[in-house]
Parts: sequence; structure tokens; C-alpha cells
Amino acid sequence: MDGLFGLDGATWDIILAVITALIKAFVIVNGLLLAFAYMTLTERKVLGRMQARFGPNRVGPFGLLQPIADGIKLAFKEDVTPRQANFWVHMVAPMMALIPALIIFAVIPLGPEMRILGQPWTWYVAKINVGYLYATAIASVGVYGLVLAGWASNSKYALLGGLRASAQVISYELAQGLAAMTALVLAGSLNLYEIVNQQVSSGLPYALYLPFGLIAFVIYVIAGVAETNRSPFDMAEAEGELGAGFHTEYSGFKWSMFFMAEYVNMINISALATVLFLGGWWPIPTDAPGFIQGLGPIVFLIKIGAFMFMFIWLRATFPRLRFDRLMSLGWKVLLPIALVNLLLTSAVVALWPLGVWPFAQ
Amino acid sequence: MDSYSITYTPVIAATFLGIGFISLTLLIANLLAPRVRTRGKESIYECGSPTIGQGWSQMNLRYYLYAILFLIFEIESVFLFPWTVVYKGLGPFAFWEMMLFMSMLLFGLVYAWRKGVLTWE
Repeated sequence: MDGLFGLDGATWDIILAVITALIKAFVIVNGLLLAFAYMTLTERKVLGRMQARFGPNRVGPFGLLQPIADGIKLAFKEDVTPRQANFWVHMVAPMMALIPALIIFAVIPLGPEMRILGQPWTWYVAKINVGYLYATAIASVGVYGLVLAGWASNSKYALLGGLRASAQVISYELAQGLAAMTALVLAGSLNLYEIVNQQVSSGLPYALYLPFGLIAFVIYVIAGVAETNRSPFDMAEAEGELGAGFHTEYSGFKWSMFFMAEYVNMINISALATVLFLGGWWPIPTDAPGFIQGLGPIVFLIKIGAFMFMFIWLRATFPRLRFDRLMSLGWKVLLPIALVNLLLTSAVVALWPLGVWPFAQ
Repeated sequence: MDSYSITYTPVIAATFLGIGFISLTLLIANLLAPRVRTRGKESIYECGSPTIGQGWSQMNLRYYLYAILFLIFEIESVFLFPWTVVYKGLGPFAFWEMMLFMSMLLFGLVYAWRKGVLTWE
């Protein structure tokens, strides 16, 4: 490539990196939106079965074309902006909720670095040293979408829903961060690929690093459910009290963008929990022969799928919490436990190097 | 170009792709959707009756103390993240120092708790 069009090798490296990243990101964004579409169908099906109903089964075989029908319907729906709403903020808010959700997945390593037909191939868009920090930082931007949506609608229900969303997300972000730090202390790295690699090479996912890893894992998942405003923590859109919460005044495609953001965030939380606590593509070894390495992403996706099923199961099982109990759970239960858990973990790591901890196996 | 830019270029590229993709989809959806403006449709939802007063009404915000506590603990996280990365190489001193720092914060949480900040009256 050297000297082509008068550009030097280093510039070509950058251009190639950008093109590769754009193609991979395009595939990921479309994959996430497809996963969202079929997640809605799966949720309705599973919820139906859990309530002894069939769920959607009219559009196509087993209702498989239902998401496409829904998508077409939403695209042709009228998009109403209330007269008193702040037009630009009202329009930007759903984008601010959805775009961060879509770009977090760029740092998730789906499988081990491998060679396909002799060419190096990676299952991530970017491998950055602050991977986990990047993911949490971008995820925090997403909550602006909910708050701005609540404010811009100029509606009382929406305003209350937005405030609830912000209070809830910042409360559970703390417990979630501290729980994640337990895994980070064990790994000694923020690089998501390194974290998975350490768990795979030691053969011990951090969720099995008993008892601290398991406690942190459970806290992380509970906080993750609260972060994504999912039932039983869906106070921000409690339909019995607030209409529809922060998206009361949204319709048509902008309304569906909030739902995309919610479901894609669920996928992100599942992927991060898989990376931090379930060892990513564990038990596939990172340096296995090419064919077995190719199973890595499949194992990863199965783990994500298990989390998604758990999200639906929770929704079918638990009633919604009262808001003050929700805040109490975050501040009085999860946060102190996560903090003490982190302290104990760091003490153990200082005293026993990883893998020698007597109760670990 | 150094390796730093090579590492972060894909992140920036993915971000721009995300923004572009969503903006384009929103634009297409706007072109497809019908637009019939009526007065009732554009009013604010409030159980079917006309809105009383402004949507941006004043209300009792009970969350602001939570927000202050959140800031304190979030700053703690800022210190903790680099600590977790280098922790293994630092030895017992790093542990005791962080122990001191975190027990102060834990004390702060207990104080706020005892003062009733976390209780909804």
C-alpha cells in the first residue's frame, strides 16, 4: 500500500482502521436493532407462555413476522409533537437515549483474536485500555435522554417520570460500579479483552470466585435491571401512576426509539456482565485452534441470551416496587454490601494471589 | 500516527456511524409519517382533561440530597478505578490507604443515614 495516491503507510493504516471499524460498527448496529426486534417478539411469547397464553402467533409462522409488521406500522405512524413542548429538545432526547446504547457495544469483545484464512480477525470494533470506563461513561450519557424527554414534553407525568428515571439511575450506578470494581480488582485491568482473557486462562470466571465474586455478580445484575428501567424497577414508566412516564408525549418512530434504547441497553448490560463475571467465551480457550476459537462468539451470545431470558422472567414474576423502597434498596442494601465486598476482595487479593484463594475451586 | 490514535480511531468512527445511522432513520421515518395537526392532538396528555397550569410546575424534589451523596460516591469511583488497575503491583500499603479512604466514605454514608437523608418521610 506504500506510496499509493501519495499517502504514506501510516496514513493508510488509519484509513484502513476507519473503514474496518465503520463496517463492523454498521453490522453491530444492525445486529442490535434486529436483536431488539426479535427480543420484543420473544418477550411477548415468553410472557404469554408464563401466563398460560400463546402470545403473538398470527403474523407469519409462529408469529415470526410480527416485529416486521410492528416496525412498518411504527414507521407510518404520525409523529406528534405537543404544541407547548420544546421542539428541538423533544426531538434530540430519543436520539440521546438510543445512540449511546448502540455505540457501547463497540468495545465488547465477542470472541478471541483469531486468524481467518491467514488474516488476523478480531471480534470487537475497538480494544481500548479503558474499556469498562468507556462503557459506563457512555451509558451515563443515555440517562440525559430520559431526563430531557421528561422535561421537553412540558407535561407533568413526563416530568415526574424523567426525574424518577434520573434518581433511580444515579442511585444504582454506584452499586453497579462498586460491584464491577470487584471484578476489576481481580483482573487488574480495565481492558475488557484482558479481563476475559484472564478469566479464561485461569479457568475461573469471577462469578465463581466464591463468595465475593458471586455477591458482586448478583449486585451487578440487580443494579443492571434497575439501570435499564426494567420491571420490577420500572418506576420511570409506571403506567398505573404516570401514564407512560417520560415518554408520555412521544408517538411514532421517536417513541419506538426509547424502546430500542431500553432493549439495546439490556443487551449491553448482559454483555458487560458476561465479560466481567461469566468469563466471556469461557470455557473456549483463547489460543485454541481456529475452528474451536470460532465457537467463542457463539458461547458469548448464548450467555447474553440467558440474561435476556432472565430479564423477561423477572418481569413475569415480580410486582413493581414502591419508589421509596426502590431507593432504600439501592442506598441501604446494595451500596453498603458492594462497598464491604470490594474491601474484602481487595484484602483477599493482597493476601492470596488469584487462584490460590482456598474457597475458589 | 502513534498507536494511541490507531486504538481510538475505531471508537470515534463507530460513534459517528451511530449518530449518522440514527439521524438518517429518523429522517426517513419523518418523511414516511403522515402529519395532520389538530388542536386536541397537540395538547398535553392529562387524563383527558385540559392541563391545569403549566407543565413545568413546581414540585417538591426529594431527590436533591441523593444527588449530593451521589456526587461524593461518584468522585470516590474516580479514585477507585485507577486504584483497581494498579492494585496488584502496589502491595499492602495501597490496601491500607484505600481502606482509610473508603472507611471515611462509609462513615459519611452512615452519618447521612442516621441523619435521615435516606429516609422518605
